[in-house]
Amino acid sequence: MSERGMLSRLAESLFWIGRYIERADDTSRIVDSYVHRMVEDPFNDEAATCQSLFAILGIDATDLALTRTSTLDTIVYDVQKPNSIAGSLNGAYENARRSRDFISSEMWVALNTTRNELRPRERVARTLGPATYLAYVRERCALLAGLTDATLSHDDGWQFLVLGRNIERIDMTARLLRGRVAYMEASPDWMAFLRASGAMEAFMRSTHQLDNANGVATFLMLDRMFPRSVLFALNVIDEALMEIQSAGQRDNHGDSARQIVAHARSQLEFIDTETLLDQLPELLQILESACYRITDAVTHKYFRHEEAILWVSEGGL
Amino acid sequence: MVVHFESDVSGAWNEMFSAPGVARPMYQGLLGDLTSLDMVELGLRAEQLSRTFIDRGVTFAHSGEERPFPLDLVPRIIGALEWDHLSRGIAQRVRALEAFLADVYGAGRIFTDGLMPRSVVTSSPHFCRPAIGVVPPNGVRIAVAGIDLIRDEHGNFCVLEDNIRIPSGVSYVIENRRAMTQTFSSLFSNHRVLPVDSYPAKLLAALVAAAPAKAASPTVVVLSPGVHNAAYFEHVLLARMMGVELVEGRDLVCRANHVYMRTTSGERAVHVIYRRVDDDWLDPLQFRPNSVIGVAGLVNAARAGNVTISNGLGNGVADDKLVYTYVPDFIRYYLGETPMLDNITTYRLEEAEACAEVLAHPEDYVIKPVDGSGGKGIVIGPHASAEELAAIRVAVAASPRNWIAQRPVALSTHPTFVNDKVSPRHIDLRPFAVSDGNDVWVLPGGLTRVALGEGELIVNSSRGGGSKDTWVLSEELVTAPLLTGEVTQAPMDSAPPQQNDEFIGLDEEQQ
Repeated sequence: MSERGMLSRLAESLFWIGRYIERADDTSRIVDSYVHRMVEDPFNDEAATCQSLFAILGIDATDLALTRTSTLDTIVYDVQKPNSIAGSLNGAYENARRSRDFISSEMWVALNTTRNELRPRERVARTLGPATYLAYVRERCALLAGLTDATLSHDDGWQFLVLGRNIERIDMTARLLRGRVAYMEASPDWMAFLRASGAMEAFMRSTHQLDNANGVATFLMLDRMFPRSVLFALNVIDEALMEIQSAGQRDNHGDSARQIVAHARSQLEFIDTETLLDQLPELLQILESACYRITDAVTHKYFRHEEAILWVSEGGL
Repeated sequence: MVVHFESDVSGAWNEMFSAPGVARPMYQGLLGDLTSLDMVELGLRAEQLSRTFIDRGVTFAHSGEERPFPLDLVPRIIGALEWDHLSRGIAQRVRALEAFLADVYGAGRIFTDGLMPRSVVTSSPHFCRPAIGVVPPNGVRIAVAGIDLIRDEHGNFCVLEDNIRIPSGVSYVIENRRAMTQTFSSLFSNHRVLPVDSYPAKLLAALVAAAPAKAASPTVVVLSPGVHNAAYFEHVLLARMMGVELVEGRDLVCRANHVYMRTTSGERAVHVIYRRVDDDWLDPLQFRPNSVIGVAGLVNAARAGNVTISNGLGNGVADDKLVYTYVPDFIRYYLGETPMLDNITTYRLEEAEACAEVLAHPEDYVIKPVDGSGGKGIVIGPHASAEELAAIRVAVAASPRNWIAQRPVALSTHPTFVNDKVSPRHIDLRPFAVSDGNDVWVLPGGLTRVALGEGELIVNSSRGGGSKDTWVLSEELVTAPLLTGEVTQAPMDSAPPQQNDEFIGLDEEQQ
């Protein structure tokens, strides 16, 4: 960490840029695999599939119609929903506006053009199907990630962005897997998950086994080389937290975020991979709670700023 | 189809042509370049320009919506000699206003000498009592000024108003030049145009010069009201180009009369605040208690000399429209010089004779509230309905101090690319001056705003106005002195000049 630190508000914006871009990317991958299933599987129960998709993404579906069209509206196109793809990109954009003096011009232009382009892409997608839209989103997220790494100094601001990106990545992988565990019938099969995570080829190369649910779950949770695995992301988070932490501090004490990471990692490291699938629900619970608590700890430690104070004149009210 | 310039029928001064088809000397090169293009190419370039702005997010916020500020393809050119005169006139005006502010918040000599009644100042809503006795470290209250100029029917530049609170628009000057050099580089190869990108460095130097003496290596910040402010884009651009933090009120905290910003590694001291927040919102303890974009305690920290607020508190007294009428007197009184730039003929309605004349013939005047902005409350006599005239009579009679009247002035026009045609449109000019205590530097050119509607006079961005890249040539292109050689202009066609047709609107806000 630089001695002078950075504006807390700016750090928070960068953290959320990282999260929102990753959320858009991951959501588009998940939706793609589900849409694929709805189209390809003749026995698919559309309502159940939609229901499980909503559950995975943490969207309350009580008042929503469970049809493909309305589901896509809510999860993909609706800019008002913070969890939708358009909403996530808009969230990233809003935070980028607030940190526009910090992020690189190239990042800003890429994010701004992406946001401007969503409407026209949506119109096309409503005729030709969502695939083009989802592909566009993934492409732009990759571009944004590339520009983040190549055009920003890897200082604290960048570390906060990386931190946000990886917390979101774990959160989304956990949600994806939980969907598979909880809604077995209505969710895409394991292979579709691998494809959704962009992990199909990496998985095949590392295990050569296609039809092994335990193997897929192990890969997505524990692979040390694949950047979208949970363990990999936890390691990145730990490194980022270490960089941000005040210079001279040599242990984890006083950094509750790093303690949470260390705890989650040890849970994963010592697991028996043979029976991973059985322990998955419990592990996913731990991971989701870890993501929440890390965010909370980071917010408390670095982004703290008092609530806006409303001044009341004497004798007022 | 080759580029065709529609002729001007308004009777206003045409910036480019001295007679139909005859370009003024500094425009001859540009006219040659433009007429060698065809309209289709011009259209493509215009599209490319607006694309650049949309992609880069060069926008202003209007009614909660981000809109690009349209940049016109045809640049406005100011010759070297004329610019020399203008820039010296602007610097002179800024020095005089600075002296006036020092006097108002200091000894008040101008009142005791009887040049101006003290009540003119104390009755101004922008008079700031907490600023009395606060002496800025380098004597500068006006680090940045935007002096709005228009060119009248005879080709003379006049001052329309002084903006010395938080003048804005300089980001468009910088962005316009960048966009023009990218999309229309060929135009620049035939002209020597003075660059505009040194502005942020000049501003930073001026802000550092204004730091409290005890700050060894001063920390400068830009204070913005936040993303919803119309000029947020500019705040970001300046912070970025100066390499300083852009902060909002909630990022700052005052403790024991010192100001700090909240960072991830604790609080860091701040010494100079280039604020883009109005006086009223700056400090809830001193001004509006309900402001949540300000910083409680800021004014006391400034009074204690631990932080410099720039531009200064209470500058608004000097750009009140009634005070405007005194500025030529300030130049004579404080500087002992002759004003180089004229005001528009303006009448103080608190003077009984002027008031009686305006009340008798309101249809002959433009009547403005002294502290209005955004063109609010302005009555353009020649265009006003009988009811409006009746209403303004009542309002003026009730509180003459709150009104001034001006001679209606036709704004100059400039060929502008609108709807696939190049037609004359009305323009104004806002040059920017930066003062570091030793010298007042004027950014070459400034922001030329253009009213895009035909015959439209309000050049505001919020009213659909656009802007032009403004070129100051580094050397004179002709031997004949421009200033004396161009003052007589033949009307563009047989129609008599329609005096009442054009009036300039006010800027919606300074910022």
